[in-house]
Amino acid sequence: MTTENGRRRVSNPRASPFIRLAENERFLATALLAPGVIILVLFIAYPFVMAIWFSLTSIRVGDAGQFVGLANFAKAMDDTIFQQAFKNTVFYTFWATIFKLALGMWLALLLNRHFRFKRIVRASMLLPFIIPTVLSAFAWRWMFDPTFSVMNWALYHGGMITDRLPFLSSGEWAMWCAVLVNTWRGMPFFAITLLAGLQTISPDLHEAAALDGANAWHRFWHVTWPLLLPVTLVVVVFSVIQTFSDFQLIYVLTGGGPANSTHLIATYAYQIGVGSGLLGEGAALSLFMFPVLCLVVWLQLRYLKRMENA
Amino acid sequence: MARINRRKFLQYSGAGMAGILAAHRAPVFAQANTVHILRWNDFVPAADKVLREVYAPEVQKALGIKLNVETINANDIPARATSAIQSGNGPDIIMLLNNYPHLYSSAAVDVSAVAEEVNKSGGGIYDSAKQLNHVGGKWVSMPWSMVPALIAYRKSWFDEVGAKEFPKTWQQYYEVGKKLKAAKHPIGQTLGNTFGDAPTFTYPLMWSFGGQEVDAKGKVVIESKETIESVRFMAQFWKDAHDEGGLAWDDSNNNRAFLSGDISASLNGASIYVAALNGKDKFKTEKGAPLHTDILHAPLPAGPKGQHGYHTAFNHMVMKYSKNAKGATEFLRWAHKKENYEKWFLVQKGFAVGPTREWEKHDMWKQDPVMQPFQTAPQLQKRLMGYAGQPNQKAAEAWNKFIVTVMYAQACSGKSKPEEAVKWAAGELGKIYTGA
Repeated sequence: MTTENGRRRVSNPRASPFIRLAENERFLATALLAPGVIILVLFIAYPFVMAIWFSLTSIRVGDAGQFVGLANFAKAMDDTIFQQAFKNTVFYTFWATIFKLALGMWLALLLNRHFRFKRIVRASMLLPFIIPTVLSAFAWRWMFDPTFSVMNWALYHGGMITDRLPFLSSGEWAMWCAVLVNTWRGMPFFAITLLAGLQTISPDLHEAAALDGANAWHRFWHVTWPLLLPVTLVVVVFSVIQTFSDFQLIYVLTGGGPANSTHLIATYAYQIGVGSGLLGEGAALSLFMFPVLCLVVWLQLRYLKRMENA
Repeated sequence: MARINRRKFLQYSGAGMAGILAAHRAPVFAQANTVHILRWNDFVPAADKVLREVYAPEVQKALGIKLNVETINANDIPARATSAIQSGNGPDIIMLLNNYPHLYSSAAVDVSAVAEEVNKSGGGIYDSAKQLNHVGGKWVSMPWSMVPALIAYRKSWFDEVGAKEFPKTWQQYYEVGKKLKAAKHPIGQTLGNTFGDAPTFTYPLMWSFGGQEVDAKGKVVIESKETIESVRFMAQFWKDAHDEGGLAWDDSNNNRAFLSGDISASLNGASIYVAALNGKDKFKTEKGAPLHTDILHAPLPAGPKGQHGYHTAFNHMVMKYSKNAKGATEFLRWAHKKENYEKWFLVQKGFAVGPTREWEKHDMWKQDPVMQPFQTAPQLQKRLMGYAGQPNQKAAEAWNKFIVTVMYAQACSGKSKPEEAVKWAAGELGKIYTGA
């Protein structure tokens, strides 16, 4: 419909009230955003605010407690088990992310080539990522079992060891085993995401570089890597967030032992909050993850903004 | 018969509906008298069967209660209890281990009347059970059973190294263990972060050398020459006599290691023996005899300051948020009656013992001499976590942080010297006991 001066009218006065409402952009935007906002408020904002409130009180199970300020945080800072759990979390996240990135990249480069049964191999590579963590962690626990480890059995019968390797019974070994399992589980996510990034890179660029005399390493370092960097950064950030807040794998694999040497912040917070009923202290422990993860997200947003402006 | 026409029907039903709305609750005949009980997956599956297939129909007949039995992994119960209490919604009765009744006492219904009846009719509830369930001058939960922890050992292997009977002292146990390990039959013991077999070993060991967490006033006194001596002893004992993989064991590793013939002895409930008994054709000695014929049980040895044991307690709490707390309490009263409790007790075959002394006299104990040490095992439990203080929330926190167990694990793994490990434990306990 057009008006006398030829401009198109926004609403039809004869249309039903619903249609008129739907044609109102402000209303429509609010209505479409509402479900998402409600979900965010209910399932993310509300628990998060409650966690902050809990961390400032002496709440226990069945007892609302009282406001204690930062006492729970001070107690955590003074807790040697927490200090160890924090160091463990940083160590675990750092090494697992490095290995996942290196091996994921290597795998992605391999899978980017043409070979027989390429699709089957690509699909099957996702298996570790698809299997529920609890199940795969149980399987690994059996493989690392102090008495019945299949790896010890194979190494012993292969004449490579004379005594069992202390996979989970030595603190250092147990932590590296946890890093290994996390790498095994997270590597496909890296590989598939990086593979998707690799496929967006035009083969012409490689051909041009090859004609200019670049060898394989130069082509990777000067062509592939810069173009893959945005995807790599996003996948690393997601991985750091997931690994830093990991719970299931350690809970099943070691329970935080031996002698607390594999406790992560999440497993220790669970032990205090749920195991001991000290909900306030458990919330404070878990909130120590927040500034670290905030920093990671901030770096990611900053980088993405720079990319947008570039 | 009086005829009810449509007008009368509408009048009556309208009045009834008005009454229901005014009372804010359904009429009594319409309320389902359902009791939802949450328990662990019993290590004796037949016991869960008794609850579902015997108790449920019988209590329906006797009290009109519809019993809904839910069982989950014992490790997951605290998480369920926490969410149920915080949300005010969940099972009417929750089974709680050890001193969890102290943690959740504010969410409990007073069951003192039932406890006093059971105490009177059963010849006295064990003192340890009373300490765990009696909080603030009232019974906040009912002690249901105890699973005694005793050492299961291979009689023939002990014989081979000259131990005709189980060692009476820790020092003797060390000497025998050293020979056993040299003969490729080490002792198996978990020192991992696990709820059952680790603390039930480490706490009695510490006590029998004279160590304790706190004094009667709650002052931390673990840093003593007695505790250091116990840690030093254990570190040597570990190296010379134990399977050192035990640092990573949970509560089930020792069962598998024992049944497969990898270890000669381990602190455990009777589950190793029960599994061997049920799998006569599966579990055999190296000579081909059924394994169960080569298993005996013994309590933990005595130290310089006496002999101690720790048995895992199982308690039932009626939850305050329950809409049928009365029915739940009545169910517990009914279940604790001798004729009803006995049905559950018999299928346990000694794996779990009753909460009162009366059950020590039961004829069941005459059936299998191998199980006899379990009959009076609860009498060895003279102390609880947090000794010489109360088994309260602070003691539970120390227990759940595995502080005593980690103290031994640190020394046994070589991570710390005995003095350093004890100092660390004293520091951690200090933060718990002197904190808010």
